[in-house]
Amino acid sequence: MNIIGTPRRRVDGRAKVTGQTKFADDVMLPRMVHCKLLRASVPHARIVRIDASRAAAHPGVHLVLTGEDFPIPYGILPVSQDEHALARGIVRFVGDPVAAVIARDEQTAADALDLVVVEYEALRTFAGPADSLAHPTPRIHEYGDTGNIHKLVSLQFGDVEQALAGADRVFEDAFFYQGNTHLPIEQHAAVAARDPDGKLVLWSSTQTPHYVHRALAKTLAMPAAHIRVIATPNGGGFGGKSDPFNHEMVVAKAALVLDRPVKICLTREEVFYCHRGRHPVLMQFTTGVKNDGTITGMHVKTLLDGGAYGSYGVASTFYTGALQTVTYHIPAYKFQGCRVFTNKPPCGPKRGHGTPQSRFGQEIQLDKIAEALAQDPAELRLRIVEQPETLTANYLRVGTIGLSQCIRRVTRAADWSNTFRKLPHGRGVGLACSSYLSGAGLAIYWNDMPHSGVQLKIDRSGGVTAFCGATEIGQGSDDVLVACVAEVLGIDPLDIRPVTGDTDLTPVDLGSYSSRVTLMMGNAAIQAAERARDLLADAVSRKIGVPKDRLVFADRRVFDTEDGSKGVTFSEAVCLAEAAFGTIGTVGAYTPPKSAAKFKGGGVGPSPTYSYSAAIVEVDVDPDTGWTHVPRVWIAHDIGRSINPVLVRGQVEGSVYMALGEALMEEQIFRRLPPRLSGALVHKFPSMLEYKSPTTLDMPEVFTDLIENPDPRGPFGAKEVGQGPLLPVMPAIANAVYDAVGVRIDEVPITPEKILKALDAKAAGKAPRYGPAGFPEIPWPEPLRVAPPWAGGDGTADDKGLRAEGKGLNAESRTPKATSVPS
Amino acid sequence: MMRLPNFRFVAPTSVHEAAELLTSSSGDAMLVAGGTDLLPNMKRRQQTPGTLVGLRHIAELRAISNGDGLTIGAGLTLADLVRTQKVRESYGALWQAAAQVATPQLRNMGTLGGNLCLDTRCNYYDQNYEWRKAIDFCMKKDGGTCWVAPSSTKCLAVSSTDTAPALLALGASITLVSANGSRRIALSDLYRNDGIHYLTRQPNEILTAVHLPESTGWRSAYWKLRRRGAFDFPVLSAAAAAKIAGDGTVESARIVLGAVSSRPIEVAPAASLLVGHALTDEAIARAADAAAQPSRPMDNTDFTLVWRKRMTRVFVTYALRELRGDDVRDLRRRVSRQELL
Ligand SMILES: Cc1cc2nc3c(=O)[nH]c(=O)nc-3n(C[C@H](O)[C@H](O)[C@H](O)COP(=O)(O)OP(=O)(O)OC[C@H]3O[C@@H](n4cnc5c(N)ncnc54)[C@H](O)[C@@H]3O)c2cc1C
Ligand code: SF4
Repeated sequence: MNIIGTPRRRVDGRAKVTGQTKFADDVMLPRMVHCKLLRASVPHARIVRIDASRAAAHPGVHLVLTGEDFPIPYGILPVSQDEHALARGIVRFVGDPVAAVIARDEQTAADALDLVVVEYEALRTFAGPADSLAHPTPRIHEYGDTGNIHKLVSLQFGDVEQALAGADRVFEDAFFYQGNTHLPIEQHAAVAARDPDGKLVLWSSTQTPHYVHRALAKTLAMPAAHIRVIATPNGGGFGGKSDPFNHEMVVAKAALVLDRPVKICLTREEVFYCHRGRHPVLMQFTTGVKNDGTITGMHVKTLLDGGAYGSYGVASTFYTGALQTVTYHIPAYKFQGCRVFTNKPPCGPKRGHGTPQSRFGQEIQLDKIAEALAQDPAELRLRIVEQPETLTANYLRVGTIGLSQCIRRVTRAADWSNTFRKLPHGRGVGLACSSYLSGAGLAIYWNDMPHSGVQLKIDRSGGVTAFCGATEIGQGSDDVLVACVAEVLGIDPLDIRPVTGDTDLTPVDLGSYSSRVTLMMGNAAIQAAERARDLLADAVSRKIGVPKDRLVFADRRVFDTEDGSKGVTFSEAVCLAEAAFGTIGTVGAYTPPKSAAKFKGGGVGPSPTYSYSAAIVEVDVDPDTGWTHVPRVWIAHDIGRSINPVLVRGQVEGSVYMALGEALMEEQIFRRLPPRLSGALVHKFPSMLEYKSPTTLDMPEVFTDLIENPDPRGPFGAKEVGQGPLLPVMPAIANAVYDAVGVRIDEVPITPEKILKALDAKAAGKAPRYGPAGFPEIPWPEPLRVAPPWAGGDGTADDKGLRAEGKGLNAESRTPKATSVPS
Repeated sequence: MMRLPNFRFVAPTSVHEAAELLTSSSGDAMLVAGGTDLLPNMKRRQQTPGTLVGLRHIAELRAISNGDGLTIGAGLTLADLVRTQKVRESYGALWQAAAQVATPQLRNMGTLGGNLCLDTRCNYYDQNYEWRKAIDFCMKKDGGTCWVAPSSTKCLAVSSTDTAPALLALGASITLVSANGSRRIALSDLYRNDGIHYLTRQPNEILTAVHLPESTGWRSAYWKLRRRGAFDFPVLSAAAAAKIAGDGTVESARIVLGAVSSRPIEVAPAASLLVGHALTDEAIARAADAAAQPSRPMDNTDFTLVWRKRMTRVFVTYALRELRGDDVRDLRRRVSRQELL
């Protein structure tokens, strides 16, 4: 291979470093007007009256829109169509959009927002899960499993009780993972306009143009064929631009009404309100092990603070319980998850979507187990790593597993055997592992169609244009697209022009989420390129009289493997093919394999294959202050095969960076003013200054190691790297803190205050720990029982889904009791 | 994007002209130097002056003169200060403080005068207009209640300037000029322990220069607590300076705390405990205990107030150890994420 695996300058690198990439906010059109959103100033209220007349009459204002203009709801998941572009009747968090003003410039629009009069009637504020569990009414939404519980999941694979009873030791631990947000550098922006024939065009910094396309068609009640969505290159997304958003609907509607281009660019504060970030999750792990460390069974409970809307929340809930089984062998497994609505910005998918929280708990608990069993945590993990090419208890089909290699590589690089439990007091190392999907096995909406399509236009000049709906969010998907095509056709990646993320021009790709693009788009691209190569080879073979199977495509030539001098240039080959077959264009598509999980809820977790990572983090903890410094991180990632190692390393290092923020400082938290004085519940600090995320000075040295062991399911063997390497870092830090000073911090962020509290507790002879005390009572439904593959199961539920989750729950009689839950 | 409100901008070229403009604009004008504090505040509608009097075209504000001590023009940027060899050699605390303000970009714009007059800060106040509206504002601007301490009659916003504690430890004084004349006061007299009226400067006065006494025999250090190695304001700082005799005996000392009150606090009783002693561990511990006494952090910055209070002692200890001549490079790397030598 000439291109795959060779470190290269990314195809969009020049435009980015010279400032020529056009982001959504760079779109400037003649006659363009500007939009600002009025957002709710109260956390939960009925809208009694909106009077926009003064705003509408303000000089320079073209249009004012309110909830009246948007009768049709939308939402990313078909089961959670609970959002309106502008609030209708109820506002659900401080920041919920209520009205929109479109004016000649941003400042005029902002001034006019102040003239919109909104009268509210306050409703009870739900600040956290404790409130939502304690008070079923008033309901934040009229749908959901019961009261203010959005979703309840209860799944059981095998007899977990018996498995725990058969264990030598059973460990029960509670953990809390605080919510945090994506913090992309680019704030969301969108421009909408009618094109000359009256159709609607939306440019938006979105990760999912296809889903935005569908949502627009629905809410605007317009034929989808009359809507074009162009995903501009995103200045970072991390999951925060994967939902259809209010501002997109609003500018689209305004552009249709005014017949003028309408732009909106959110402020940083508004990005904190769009959120869709990491759910705060309280969790409990009950795990049975044999004395040698093998797991007999595991029971996981999670409680998610969902915020005010559904978003991806149902999927997020399942994800908190989905991937425990793909790293280590777990013969019996039970998962119960609960998501509640609260009056805060909605949570959703952030890098790792729902899995980092429970990975954090699982990997810390393993560290505790290893210590209790007097085993080395690396060796213990090596003993229980899941077998490749197996079906797990919850019917996830894993492909290649490079986890053992990852563990061996990082322990060697970090000199683990001479450092773990051997460093002086205050210094420590910790290990943790993880796994992540290479693309979700199912689309957001149920359908049988491909998840990614690629079209190639092969030009006589020797140039190739590659069309794909995939969205460049900085991760390098355009580069992967051209690399795959270039490798197959034997041309230079820079000979190929990628055209991506445009619903008019490109075949559907579902979007840049779930680490799906490299695998799915890559396979589609290879198929399209191979079809083109086949046509070219036919024509060349005829012309030069060399059998097709002896032709090689490389160095912009097509030639005989046995006699390199016999051949033609690539562009000559195209001309020959065009003469023989007419215009040369091919298509490729990718559809993931059917999942083995046939039970209800089995749609979340399956993936064509999984990536694996292991990390060791070194920490310095000052025992007098709790101050924590991370000098070094070693991380190994099972990538299958690197398409472009520069991008892969970039993703790994970026993951480490983001993980450090989540582990040590980031928190999306809220302030409730004293209720006797105020009903306010506000984001504590919606700004980049006070929402703490590491700076370059806080970044440790990172040693990245890539395990290249091609997985046949991936393009050239590639697996994902966008999300997986984030996951082991947070628990590795917690484990390192324990190694350094002997206290367990069972929650993130791991702040100096918490460490010092735990050290104080230790000094006072109490449990050397900081973390949640327990897990509250939740009205779980009867679990859906599915026999694991080794117990004769076929992936369906024992009772064929009669007790589907959440059904038959009587809200009145099973109102849950409140217990102490962090909010 | 958050937008600036409309205002008139004037750019005088002399202090005299600037002072006249301030006086003639009947209280509606504000000075702007680097604008790194004032302009974000204006975007958040915390301040909405009708006129901005720009100071960047006034050359006399950028003078630096050696003589009996050092006189520094208030218009010098923090980056200028960091590049000034004399500051680095003789006034270590000031150098370390200036070098830790914000980020390189902000130090290129932000001035010493602006840093000394920096608005006090609070998590309930440093928010945009809509956010503050959602909490019905607070006493410092547009509202009636102090949300940090609802029973307080006084705003408790935090003095967050890095250079002021360092300069106080160094015994600085300043010159204020107005259309009516000029006066020189101790820097300490510029500050008031009131989050709203935090300066004694009259609205028509311009801070033109900072004067530092001769530094022979003095050593100084500045330690800043913040979450990250850059960007963040201090949420606690300790500045210390001491004149140390050849045998190691402290002849004179000053200890100043920053960011735990609405003004920088000089803790004279703590410093006096050092006088006549060498900087032994015991002497340092005694002084650090005493220095932590007046530290009263409130719940309106990053980190919990209990922990910040507890760290006061620790940071004073760091500063005094550095004065003693300990090798603090490793500690600096961990705490400040840079060596600052
Ligand atoms: C993200 C961020 C991080 C920051 N971090 C820090 C930090 O870590 N530490 C820190 O100390 N500061 C920090 N700052 C604040 C600010 O950048 C500095 O304090 C800077 O030195 C202010 O100087 P300036 O010239 O920009 O002031 P300006 O914004 O121009 O002025 C600030 C105030 O001083 C008044 N003023 C200015 N010059 C004079 C004068 N000569 N006479 C009288 N009044 C005057 C102005 O009227 C205004 O009220 C930060 C700012 C930002 C935006
Ligand atoms: S201390 Fe009180 S009055 Fe002052 S800014 Fe903060 S909340 Fe407002």
